[in-house]
Amino acid sequence: MTSYAKIYVREWLAGVGRGTMLCLDIFASLFSSKVSWRDVLYQMYFIGVKSQSVVTITGAFTGMVLCAQTAFQFHKIKMDTATLAVVSVGMGSELGPVLTGLMVAGRVGAAIAAELGTMRVTEQVDALRTLAANPIDYLVVPRFLATLLVMPLLTAESVCVGILAAYLVAVFLLGINPTYVWFNMLHYTHVNDMLTGIIKTFIFGAMVSVIACDKGLNCPQGAEGVGRATTEAVVYSSITILISNFFFTMLLQKMLP
Amino acid sequence: MIEVRNLKKRFGPSGVLQGVDFSIEKGEAVTIIGQSGGGKSVLLKHLVGLIRPDSGDVIIDGENIARMNERAMVSVRRKFGMLFQGAALFDSMTVEENVGFVLNREKTASPKEIACRVEEVLDLVGLNGIQKKKPAELSGGMRKRVGLARAVIYRPEILLYDEPTTGLDPIASDTIDHLIIRAVDKLKATSIAVTHDMRSARRIGKRILLLHEGRIYANMTPDDLFKSKDPVIYRFVNGISEMKGDAEL
Repeated sequence: MTSYAKIYVREWLAGVGRGTMLCLDIFASLFSSKVSWRDVLYQMYFIGVKSQSVVTITGAFTGMVLCAQTAFQFHKIKMDTATLAVVSVGMGSELGPVLTGLMVAGRVGAAIAAELGTMRVTEQVDALRTLAANPIDYLVVPRFLATLLVMPLLTAESVCVGILAAYLVAVFLLGINPTYVWFNMLHYTHVNDMLTGIIKTFIFGAMVSVIACDKGLNCPQGAEGVGRATTEAVVYSSITILISNFFFTMLLQKMLP
Repeated sequence: MIEVRNLKKRFGPSGVLQGVDFSIEKGEAVTIIGQSGGGKSVLLKHLVGLIRPDSGDVIIDGENIARMNERAMVSVRRKFGMLFQGAALFDSMTVEENVGFVLNREKTASPKEIACRVEEVLDLVGLNGIQKKKPAELSGGMRKRVGLARAVIYRPEILLYDEPTTGLDPIASDTIDHLIIRAVDKLKATSIAVTHDMRSARRIGKRILLLHEGRIYANMTPDDLFKSKDPVIYRFVNGISEMKGDAEL
């Protein structure tokens, strides 16, 4: 048992070290070589446009269920009209970024790890290097930048759809007064609530792309290796998002009270 | 000139390379032979900096690349063209994009000039007309020929071939051998091929290095190697295993 724990800790530390080195390589690449914006745009299309359906469905149903549950509890203390305010703050600062991050980790993280992993095991990454193309510049940087740029947009979309869906549930299903519910939402939702969420989306986007690229580029040989890299990319990204969310919430609360 | 000095590499407990020494002059055609899993491909990848040694030196035209960082390696790698065992074509790109990859990235030529150059090298490997195909639509032999076209398009000074004929039928192997000889003659490049195909080794190399137990065991001309009575060389050249005939399954 102890030896298993040692191996696990060693692998975890090695992963953290590799991730840090990859981040340094990405920054070195951003400042030393020309970014291929064509590749970034292609990745933005793949990561952003293709993820919209999953992100909007998640946002809509999360907003709806959050609205219903909040309304059920608030109804007991006659605070029904504050329902949408809770939904907008909750979605904007916490649920929107976290759930979008998890969805992107599942869809995009897996795809990046599988693609880069397959390229590694079929020697395509080595071929790139022999053709004098640095894999960090060519493969990692466009994916990193695209995820970073697209995550806030996807989150904003998810939050908007979530609030809209919650409004429809509150007004048409639960019969709450539309004027008061809308007024209270605007009154109790502050810019800092939304800013907290937007800052988190950049961090989550960077985490997903770095973890997925690291897992793909260091994937063990064979089909089993690609499968493992893909699974690990999704699991590690998701866990990192959930754990770091707590610390960033506390930190951002201090910075943006 | 390529010089390898006391090159050592371990993967886990096993020492794959245990002190490899050799040098190759400019324009020479050398074949490295040895058992499967004996470290031939590992040695070849050290020459282009795809694997870093545990110790020892790899000197390319006076520059030691053993401890060179990845970004500095880019200019050294520009001297190399490499044909991989599985061709390693980029499967998201067409044949044309694969072959013209370096020229497209460098943007030193117009798209029309690149297309002409791609046509020219595909002609050299006898595959002109398949520019729009994807690697998945090609046979193993065709993929290797496209890989060769991609390796020679920017006229590298050093050509590396990792098992160029493995997995191919005898006729396809013969075609690849002839293409390698033609490419080397035309480009006047240094050529280093790794293979365990003895017919191919004899044909494409003017000198043969035998890698045995992590070291260069023999370094001689193909004729001398094939005439050698040394038991290790003799067994390898003639394909005689050490397994006893009465071994039970």
